[in-house]
Amino acid sequence: MFFTITLYVSLAIFGLGLIYKVSTWFRYTVGVEARDVPPSQRVLAFVKGLTLTLFSPRILTLLKVFVLDVLLQIKVLQQDSLKWAMHMCMYYGFTLLLLMHGLDKIVTAALFPNYYPTVNPFLFLRNLFGILIIVGIGIALYRRFILRVARLRTSPMDLYAIIILAIIMISGFLLEGTKITSYSKFQDMVEEYTIQADEEELRTLEAYWVAKYGVVSPEVKGPFDAETLAAGQEAHEISCIECHSRPQWGFTGYTLAKITKPAALLLDRAHASSLLWYLHFLACFMGLAYLPFSKMFHIFTTPLSLLANSVMEKGKSEPANIATRQLLELDACMHCGTCSVQCRVGVVFEAMHNANILPSEKIPSVKALVAGKKLNGEEIRDIQEGLHLCTNCFRCTVVCPAGINLQELWFNVRETLLEKGEPEFLVLSPLSLYRGLMKQSLGQTYYPDPINLALKAIYPAGIPLEMQDRTIPLVPSANGWSSTLHTSVQAKTFSKCFSCVTCTNACPVVRNYPNPIEFVGMLPHQIMHAAGMGLWDLIFSSKMLWDCLGCYQCQEHCPQSVRVADVLYELKNMAITQARKKLVKQIEK
Amino acid sequence: MNFVLLRCCTTPIVLKQYEWSTNAVMEKLGIGLLDVPELGCCGYPLRNINFKAHVLATARNLALSEKENLDLLTICNCCYGTMKYVDNLMKDDASIRNDVNTTLAKEGLRYEGDITARHILQVLYEDIGIEAIREKVVRTFDGLKIATHYGCHILRPSEVTQFDNPHSPTKFDELVDLWGINNELSLDLTENKLKDAKQSGADYLCVACSYCQIQFDIVQKILLSQRGIEAKLPSILYPQLLGLSLGIDGETLGLAENRVSTSEIEWFLLQKAAS
Repeated sequence: MFFTITLYVSLAIFGLGLIYKVSTWFRYTVGVEARDVPPSQRVLAFVKGLTLTLFSPRILTLLKVFVLDVLLQIKVLQQDSLKWAMHMCMYYGFTLLLLMHGLDKIVTAALFPNYYPTVNPFLFLRNLFGILIIVGIGIALYRRFILRVARLRTSPMDLYAIIILAIIMISGFLLEGTKITSYSKFQDMVEEYTIQADEEELRTLEAYWVAKYGVVSPEVKGPFDAETLAAGQEAHEISCIECHSRPQWGFTGYTLAKITKPAALLLDRAHASSLLWYLHFLACFMGLAYLPFSKMFHIFTTPLSLLANSVMEKGKSEPANIATRQLLELDACMHCGTCSVQCRVGVVFEAMHNANILPSEKIPSVKALVAGKKLNGEEIRDIQEGLHLCTNCFRCTVVCPAGINLQELWFNVRETLLEKGEPEFLVLSPLSLYRGLMKQSLGQTYYPDPINLALKAIYPAGIPLEMQDRTIPLVPSANGWSSTLHTSVQAKTFSKCFSCVTCTNACPVVRNYPNPIEFVGMLPHQIMHAAGMGLWDLIFSSKMLWDCLGCYQCQEHCPQSVRVADVLYELKNMAITQARKKLVKQIEK
Repeated sequence: MNFVLLRCCTTPIVLKQYEWSTNAVMEKLGIGLLDVPELGCCGYPLRNINFKAHVLATARNLALSEKENLDLLTICNCCYGTMKYVDNLMKDDASIRNDVNTTLAKEGLRYEGDITARHILQVLYEDIGIEAIREKVVRTFDGLKIATHYGCHILRPSEVTQFDNPHSPTKFDELVDLWGINNELSLDLTENKLKDAKQSGADYLCVACSYCQIQFDIVQKILLSQRGIEAKLPSILYPQLLGLSLGIDGETLGLAENRVSTSEIEWFLLQKAAS
């Protein structure tokens, strides 16, 4: 009764959770383009797209991907054979155990009329599948906690998945072990299945089970003579053999039975097997109910994402379906960390300590953003910085075993945040190359807006130099700040500048404008001079810092060996650090 | 001779032909290229943002290359300049070296400074040598006017890059003589450079840097459509040009991937062979 109620309750939660999660794929949006497509249109587009694909030659592509990427997981094997072994153990162990054992009344009993969980091959296979999962969990723990792969981060979600799976497996095996030794279970069976047996027959049967089946009896103890065992075997063959293979075939449970043998009577009296049975099925039902909200949801979503991506392409597929796919992809991420381990800028995390730099850690942040979760200013800044600290090299997308188009996701979320008016300084760096290449798709008039916004946030007075009062204070505005220019060894050389203007004359950016001061604020030699005087307000109000190409013409030509370009680089670092601090303060207010 | 090849982050997105042609040419010249999948961003774009992050990212690549006991070959000037800059820093400054190595130790890496970074032009000019390349040439480009564009970070700062005279470089020209992002500012600069080359009578431009090729190929394409400039000046990557000369076909070298068509160069060669 309790079993049935909890089963139905957890099934109901699972069903509702599933409906809720799937509905978010159509309700939520990622990116600027997807915003204008209403959910109803997305559902219709999905049905149409699915039908058209299923009745077209593309069904062959789907089949191929299903076999290679879903069933065999070739992509994972190519990257890391240990990880592949781990996942194959868990994937096949779990699936087969679920079908053969978890759903035995529905699946196995229908296929094999003689099915009984305690006869072979089912007894042996149950243990085999179980041990596969245990091996998988073992490798997972080894990778995460002993091998310590760089930048493979473990989230509470990962731990939950490992723990719930471990509880199910361990309780299952212990349950089997205690059932083998249990005297009360033996007596129950005797009562139910031995008809018309006399005392002597029952005594020899018990002796036989103690000797051969691992039962621990309070009275009957070995060693037994051959005669007793032969008689016991006879009784056994009449009443028991049809439903019971030798327990040694259940090798895991049998091993545990051997280990717990000294405490077997105590455990039996404490109803250990009943308690373990409750623990086992409650853990299963909890896993089931929580599945749509946990990492384990990827057993549905990852294959879907792999299949969807094999037949969809931006520019060719219906934009409404691309929008839906991006939400599905967010759920398809199983936080395996492959992207973060292989990310080309992943190592930057060690210097800047913003977890959002790592692709696998961006996903939960993007999920929160998309779901409209309330995030504080600092969190949004971190997410935005993480999204922009990306060279757009496509490596994460190429290596993702779930086939998620991460590159497209980052681009879309970046632009959504920029459009909201969140200033981002990294659009001023060469990291914005990809954005430049996408200029056409962003719209020519909108394209420079985020750049101007970032500049405005960096200018100390919020306005560029050309519009300011040009009166220069006689007293340095920040005395001694120049000594803070120390991160780059060569940067300090600016004090040798005697303003000969050679650097400015060599600068291709300056040369590009008929009246450069109007466009770039201060010229390179003026910046060097201002640096010497500590006029940092003036320097940070100059667009020159951000127009600098880093071509080193200035530095190469300087007669005083001032590292002009190196100094400019360092000034940029300082400007960004200061502006970020200012921004966070504003947000906190 | 073997190298660890550092692919530029831009090549997989927009310059696959640079990788293809480099692989093909180096194979032909008997240079082995080792792919180390863990290699990352060269650190160049990070320098604008955070010095520490930049040095760390660059040094990590050097450390990975040192682990293979091979010099690191770059095909992009920005990668090269950054690698050389940090290589010097790591060799000269013990405190930075210790700091970086402590962080790198987390993934079992460390950089001792036993190797260095090399640019593809440097390897061709200094290690293989013009004469050795000439021996393998099967087709020449006599009559084709090609201007070389060195780019920035292979020359400057010269005390770091140590490749050629920064004021009047000749090594890239000698290699070509073997045979006889995008905002208004970037559009301006590209336009001026193209005009200069055109005025000097060039029909083609030759570069050996990812960022240069992006400007002269992709940005030129935009220039042609947006600013109504008629006279185009296609840009070809040096390994593509060298590859054609070594008898490698245009498809392997990815000539069709160039946005502003360079297929005339191959056609020119075929015509020459016929006559």
